[in-house]
Amino acid sequence: MRIGRQTVKLDNPPVIIETSSIVGVKEGEGPLRSAFDKVLTDDTLGEKSWEKSESMLQKQTMLLALEKATLAQGDIDYILAGDLLNQCVGAHYSVRDFDIPFLGLYGACSTMTESMSIGSMLVGGGFANHVMCLTSSHFCSSEKQFRNPLEYGGQRTPSAQWTVTGAGCAILASKGSGPRITHVTTGKVIDKGVTDISNMGAAMAPAAIDTLLAHFNDTGIKPDEYDMIVTGDLGVIGSDILVELMMEEGFDIRENHRDCGKMIYDIEKQDVHAGGSGCGCCGSVFCGYIYRELKRHNLKKILVMATGALMNPMVVEQGESIPAVAHAVTIEN
Amino acid sequence: MKHEMTNQEYNEYIKKKTPNSKIFTNCIKAFIAGGIICVIGQCITALMKKWGLNQEDAGTYTSIILVFLGALLTGLDIYPRIAKFAGAGTVVPITGFANSVVSPALEAKTEGMVLGTGAKIFTIAGPVILYGILASWLAGIVYWIISLF
Repeated sequence: MRIGRQTVKLDNPPVIIETSSIVGVKEGEGPLRSAFDKVLTDDTLGEKSWEKSESMLQKQTMLLALEKATLAQGDIDYILAGDLLNQCVGAHYSVRDFDIPFLGLYGACSTMTESMSIGSMLVGGGFANHVMCLTSSHFCSSEKQFRNPLEYGGQRTPSAQWTVTGAGCAILASKGSGPRITHVTTGKVIDKGVTDISNMGAAMAPAAIDTLLAHFNDTGIKPDEYDMIVTGDLGVIGSDILVELMMEEGFDIRENHRDCGKMIYDIEKQDVHAGGSGCGCCGSVFCGYIYRELKRHNLKKILVMATGALMNPMVVEQGESIPAVAHAVTIEN
Repeated sequence: MKHEMTNQEYNEYIKKKTPNSKIFTNCIKAFIAGGIICVIGQCITALMKKWGLNQEDAGTYTSIILVFLGALLTGLDIYPRIAKFAGAGTVVPITGFANSVVSPALEAKTEGMVLGTGAKIFTIAGPVILYGILASWLAGIVYWIISLF
C-alpha cells in the first residue's frame, strides 16, 4: 500500500531469511571482523584483473547465501544486483553462470537498499517467492575506474573515503522466520551543487536528509522508535552534516544514527580518512553485522538507508556537480 | 527540507564542515622528502663527475638513474608509500614523473600491451609532456625574437 509521496507500506512484509557477506583483507582487520561470513586473504581472489576479482567476489557471496539458506538456484525467482563498475560488470559476470532471472541495478553506493526496496515490493506484491539482493564494491577496481592508478604516488584529502572491498547478499522470501521489511521509502535524485569528488559524504548528505524527511512524513514514525537509523557510507563528514541538519529540521537522530562507513573501519588506526564507501560498505555491514544483531534480537526496529553519489568523473570534469540518491527500508523483528 | 538551503549556502556550509589538508606540515614533509631526493641526485652527479664525466653528461646520467629508481620503486609498491608521507616532495622531482608513467602502465596491463599499457601509459604524464613541449616552444620563439635585436 502506498502511503505518502515516496513510501510503500508492505501489507505482506517479506522476510529476510538469510544473508551472506564476504570482505577484503583490510575490512577484515576492522572492528567488525567477526560479523562477516568470510574474510579474504587475497583481494585478487585468484583472478587476473580487478574487475574479474570483483565478479568472483559477488559470485562467491551469492553461492554462500544459497548454501546458508539451503536453497537451490531454481528456488530463486529474481536476482537484483549491481555494483559501481561501468555497465555493472561485477554483477553481470557473476550472474552469467546462473539460471536465474536477473535485473541489473545502478544506484552507486545506494544499491543495497535499492535492491532490497525493489525486492521487497516484488515479494510483497506476490510476484516472487524468493528474491536475491546482491551488491559489491572492490577498492582496486573502483580506484582504477574513478581515481588514480593504485601505484600512483599521491595524497588523499582528509575528506576522501576508502572504497570497501566487500559484498553482501540478502535473500528475501514471502514466508519464513526472520526480520521483515515493512516500509520502503524511495529517494529522489538530489544535487546541491557539490563538485568535489573527494567529498562524497557532503555530496550525499542532502539526499539522505531528503529521503529521511520523506520517510518520517510519509509514515508518521518518530526517529526514537528506531533502535538504529543506519546510513550506508556518509562517512565522518556526511554523518556530521546529516545529524546536524536533521536537528535543524526538528528530528533528533544523534543517539541512534550509525553509519556503515564509520563502523567498518577503525577510522584512525586504519588511516581511512573520512571512512568507508562503496556498495559493498552497506552491503557487507548490513548482511554481516546488522543482520546478525537483528537475528540475536539486539535490534528490534531499524531503518537502513544506503546513500549513493551518482558520480561520473568525466561529467564532473565537464563542470557538472554530483547528484546523489538515498533509499530507505524499515526492518522489524 | 524546511530550512531549504540554496546550493551556494550548502557549499559554504560544507566548507566549514570539511577539514582542510594540513598545508604547513605537508609543506615541511614535502621539503624534507623532495630535498632528500635532490641530495641523492646531487650525490650521483658528483660521483659521475669523479668518474670522469663532464657536467652535462653527469646530469643526464643522474636523470636516467633517478627515473630508473622511481620506476623500480613504483613497481615494488614502495614509491606510493613514500609519496603518502611526502606529497609534493615526491611528485615534483623527476622520480615523480617516472611514477606517473609507470603506475598507469602497470594498471592497464590487463587490457593488453597496445590498448592497455600503450594507450594509457601517458594518461597522467601526457599533459605535462604536451604543455612542457608547448612552453619550451614558446620560450624558443621569445628567445629568437630577443636575439634579433
